[in-house]
Amino acid sequence: MNELLAVRDLSKTFGDFKAVKNLSFTVNQGDVYGFLGQNGAGKSTTMRMLLKLIRPNKGEIKFFGKKIELDDYSMLQETGAIIERPDLYKYLSAYDNLKLFAKMSGIKATKQVLMDQLEMVGLADRYDSKAKTFSQGMKQRLGIAIALVHQPKLIILDEPTNGLDPQGIADMRNLILRLSREMGKTVIVSSHLLSEIEMIANRMIIIHKGEKVVEGNVSNLLDPAKTLVEINTTDNTDTLSKLQSTKWASLLETSNKSIRVRMDRKAVPELITTLSQLNANILSVTPRHSLEDYFLSLTNNDTHVEPFTN
Amino acid sequence: MWSLLQIELYKISKRPRTYIAFASIAAIIFIFHGAFKADGSSYLNMLLQSAGDTFDVDRIKIINGNFMCYLILNTLLLQIPILVALIAGDAISGEANMGTLRLLLTKPISRSRIIGIKFIASVIYTMALLIFMALLGLFMSKVIFGSDDMLIFRVYGESSEIAQITKDDIMWRYVLAFGYATVALTVIAALALLLSVFAENSIGPIIATVCIVIVCTIISNMNVPIIDRTVKPFLFTSYLVGWKGFFYIAVDEENIPIKGSIENWPAIRNSLYVLLAHIGIFFGAALFFFRRKDVMS
Repeated sequence: MNELLAVRDLSKTFGDFKAVKNLSFTVNQGDVYGFLGQNGAGKSTTMRMLLKLIRPNKGEIKFFGKKIELDDYSMLQETGAIIERPDLYKYLSAYDNLKLFAKMSGIKATKQVLMDQLEMVGLADRYDSKAKTFSQGMKQRLGIAIALVHQPKLIILDEPTNGLDPQGIADMRNLILRLSREMGKTVIVSSHLLSEIEMIANRMIIIHKGEKVVEGNVSNLLDPAKTLVEINTTDNTDTLSKLQSTKWASLLETSNKSIRVRMDRKAVPELITTLSQLNANILSVTPRHSLEDYFLSLTNNDTHVEPFTN
Repeated sequence: MWSLLQIELYKISKRPRTYIAFASIAAIIFIFHGAFKADGSSYLNMLLQSAGDTFDVDRIKIINGNFMCYLILNTLLLQIPILVALIAGDAISGEANMGTLRLLLTKPISRSRIIGIKFIASVIYTMALLIFMALLGLFMSKVIFGSDDMLIFRVYGESSEIAQITKDDIMWRYVLAFGYATVALTVIAALALLLSVFAENSIGPIIATVCIVIVCTIISNMNVPIIDRTVKPFLFTSYLVGWKGFFYIAVDEENIPIKGSIENWPAIRNSLYVLLAHIGIFFGAALFFFRRKDVMS
């Protein structure tokens, strides 16, 4: 796999606050690279540094093996981006916004090319409408069209699903997958919605308080052998005691609210069969295998509000 | 470069606030025209109170297109900085406010080029305002009031003086005066652009620019010797009305105006140098800070 982007020891300080600390990661060509972290973890700052919106205090960025100097804007020729929300020129139409940014990227696109781009993001029928009349989802899709208009190799999307309704989130997810699988683009996508990243990314990094916690393949980091299955029955105490005498006993974890089994995801149907044989009245069996547990366990900190219990 | 400038001008042309300045200028000039057409003689009597006995006021038609344009320039060139600040103060901060600055800066264009283009666009806008003002203030005035010789009234403390410029000696003075005004207003544009770099909404830099111009203008008009010597020479506002110098005609030993002459060209030239230096300082600072700006909006 060819290395497209290599970041080494990137750091940024705002006054006394260290937003990003010696961050290093590598993005390969064709990756959908998930950038995970809680709000304030340093995701946006890092992405802004990649896009030259923020000057790093130190560190090195290599794009296709070439070191990018502070005043070298060549990387942007091969990069399309949406940072947070795609704010557009509200007084211009979708077509004019796209045309204007195409020109800024040095592209002399024909009307047909621009319309094809709008078609791809599902806005061809609204090409003449002013951006101020668009919903957040439509603005986001137009932002993607703008990010793609100069045919970049790398696309950076910072929290692209923020503010979108469920359909908008699904559209965005499909669009990112199309970009990667059909158009061969490399995508860096950040989010704190871990389930979204899980569905689209093949590699990921988790950062916390500006530092890298872990980086690697999503499939390895998820480790299906460590799926946490939550079981709820009409009588958890009875079910739990019955399970103690089965082969699942060694995998049981203590919990006040439910029965938990740390197990291989593939064995979930077998567990359900066992529960049936034990005549347990099953209310729910929920495999919580996802990155969410992993992420929360890694980034668990004391900055949250205590849960309300009464 | 040309393509980027076209884009910038296109964006300016699409914003409603762009036309506020043109509408304001047109309104003021039309009010001038209407007022002077209706009752110009009262104004004239007031002006000639001190010089009427010694000057052949019947010889020429004093209220004519040339004179009207001079009056309009006198009035408007003090207000136009506000209109210039409306656009130049919005150049960077407006993009930051809309959020488009992020998108703009992720395009493969250097920041130096972006701010350079924004500055040039602001200057073109300033020129467009002045050309519009010239068309209405000079040419429409000539259509309404006709063309004739022009009287220039100058006040020196308690005394005043009237000089006459023949109508065939006026046009080149207006061309140079508008050129000078362009340079003077470009200082305002550069200042507003500099302030725009630091702000994330347009109101701040626009108001700040206007406040700076007002404060500096007040200082420039103070008659305190120490300020005359130490402060005024360095304030751009001391030179904003330097365009008037093109209408101060030199006279011979018999006090007869010398056609095609300017009374004090070196003073005008030095004023231009000071204004150009201010443009350089303000734009240089804008460039310096914009290149280093962390875009957090």
